[in-house]
Amino acid sequence: MKFRTSLLFALLVALCVSLGATPAGAARSEASNADRKIVSLSPTATEMLFAIGAGDQVVAVDEQSNYPTDAPVTDLSGIDVNAEAIAGYKADLVVAQDDTAKGALDALGIKLLVLPAANRLSETYAQLRKLGKATGHVDEAAAVVTKMTADLAGLRAEVPDSSSKPRTFYELDDTLYSATSKTFIGQLLRQAGFRNIADAAAEEGSGYPQLSSEYVVDANPAVIFLADTKCCGQTAATVAQRPGFDTIAAVTKGHVVTLDDDVASRWGPRVVELFRELVRANQAL
Amino acid sequence: MTHPAAVAPTVLRPRWVVGGVVAVAVALVLGLTVGAVSLPVSGVVGELLSHLPFVGSKSSLSAPQAAIVTELRLPRVVLGLLVGALLASAGACYQGVFRNPLVDPYLLGAAAGAGLAVTVVIISVTAATGSAGLPLAAFAGALGAVGLSWFVGRAGGRRSAASLLLAGIAITSFLTAIQTYLQQRNSDTIRQVYSWILGRLTTADWGDVLLVLPYFLITAAVLLAHRRVLDVLAVGDEEAAALGVPVARTRLVLVATASMATAAAVSVSGLIAFVGIIIPHAVRLATGSSYRIIIPLSILYGAAFLALADLVARTALAPAEIPIGVVTAFVGAPFFILVLRTSPEGRA
Repeated sequence: MKFRTSLLFALLVALCVSLGATPAGAARSEASNADRKIVSLSPTATEMLFAIGAGDQVVAVDEQSNYPTDAPVTDLSGIDVNAEAIAGYKADLVVAQDDTAKGALDALGIKLLVLPAANRLSETYAQLRKLGKATGHVDEAAAVVTKMTADLAGLRAEVPDSSSKPRTFYELDDTLYSATSKTFIGQLLRQAGFRNIADAAAEEGSGYPQLSSEYVVDANPAVIFLADTKCCGQTAATVAQRPGFDTIAAVTKGHVVTLDDDVASRWGPRVVELFRELVRANQAL
Repeated sequence: MTHPAAVAPTVLRPRWVVGGVVAVAVALVLGLTVGAVSLPVSGVVGELLSHLPFVGSKSSLSAPQAAIVTELRLPRVVLGLLVGALLASAGACYQGVFRNPLVDPYLLGAAAGAGLAVTVVIISVTAATGSAGLPLAAFAGALGAVGLSWFVGRAGGRRSAASLLLAGIAITSFLTAIQTYLQQRNSDTIRQVYSWILGRLTTADWGDVLLVLPYFLITAAVLLAHRRVLDVLAVGDEEAAALGVPVARTRLVLVATASMATAAAVSVSGLIAFVGIIIPHAVRLATGSSYRIIIPLSILYGAAFLALADLVARTALAPAEIPIGVVTAFVGAPFFILVLRTSPEGRA
């Protein structure tokens, strides 16, 4: 009995190894991956797919995927995933931020690739490589990763080398939600040479605390980044009108920097653009 | 029919009023001196005195610290007091009008109407318009929903307390359905809508205070003037009519006033749960069920309770904030159970 089980196991292992090791097998899967029709339900994944040259294979993207502009945007929702609507696009690969639709997609025989929000740059690179593999664009994906790495390193070299790092307040919405250094954006702020005032709040938790206005006023940040220009219509002028904010250095000295909400909240190839804005803001001080 | 109103004391005892005034004063003092940023108490007092005419005191605080006291803490505490008073008095009034202890200020659709209006504004907000329209939208939405409930809430040709309540429930479900649909279609705004629903005093400024102050003065005056009528209504529509109260008209005036109070509170602070139901009940359990007592004390204790709850919201995890709605329910529920268990009325 025991012998038969182990024999079976050995056979299975041998089968897997031989399948995986056959060059012909690998080539075939690579070729079929390149024919895959893809539905992206994640704006970041959409940006990644187009960056690695898999844009032609993308047959539909969700309603929030607004970049690049030639992405085939539909009214599919990335939050309430409708598997039947996805099946209508005759896709064989779905890229999403979570696996809520896994059961339904499995039943329809559609492969699901889950790419959750990245917590660090290495996860962005890993997701690009994963997409490269899944779409038959391994080399392009590797090239994108190499270019991103080089661009970011180049920008890092431009960060002013000051002994006291300037304090910054990174605003996610007009009720003063912010992001600590634990988050993806927080790590970019640190690499751009800033000291993040949100780090005083909630070392435990998700890293997205809501700050007291009096704390922000008292912390007197040298730079304020607004990642709420689209959602909440915030500008340097609206910030200056808030009670007490007219005493903050960033406001009096004109260092309130407006960001594109979308670029600032995604972890795809445009992270380089975001990081450039952060570094330029530090240089402008 | 024996109603507690018949046996409960109907005189507003001075010590209850003094207690309420002291509670408001404590909330004001703590609210001004304690916060995410620690400021010297003497500095805070000096700063406040320097704004009084004829005192001529000099503030020892820096400009940002002075701004924290006069532009951030003071309006926030005052707004907390006003919103607490509005919600608690509106809740007490609704409970009297509908003769139902489970009624809260959001019952006739005020919360759902405001929620829908706010969701529409948040979805359509652009860089050009900003979110300045939120308070007005919330106010209009709350009043509109209550108006709708009133309009459809007649059964068999007349508006009874029960038919209005049921209309309120139907309107609430209907508007919530639309709001949920819109929110689901615009999933990128979920967090903003959610943050509004949890209630907030975090962005309070003097503009908000000036916005709600007239509504507070008017609604408090009307409700205080009707506190005896509420006692009569509590006995029953027919009994009240027999005693010469024009029931239909009085109910319209009271519902309109309480709804105005609720809408004003909602417009500046979002949906703050539980204040409108626990404060009137805590007062009722401690003092008896006459509205001659419940209305004035709900105003005082509601104000103090909300300002103190907000103090917890902004200091417990400082410099991070906790949504005020979470604090009112988290502190309020155990407090209410305590009052319920220790009160002689609790057995009823």
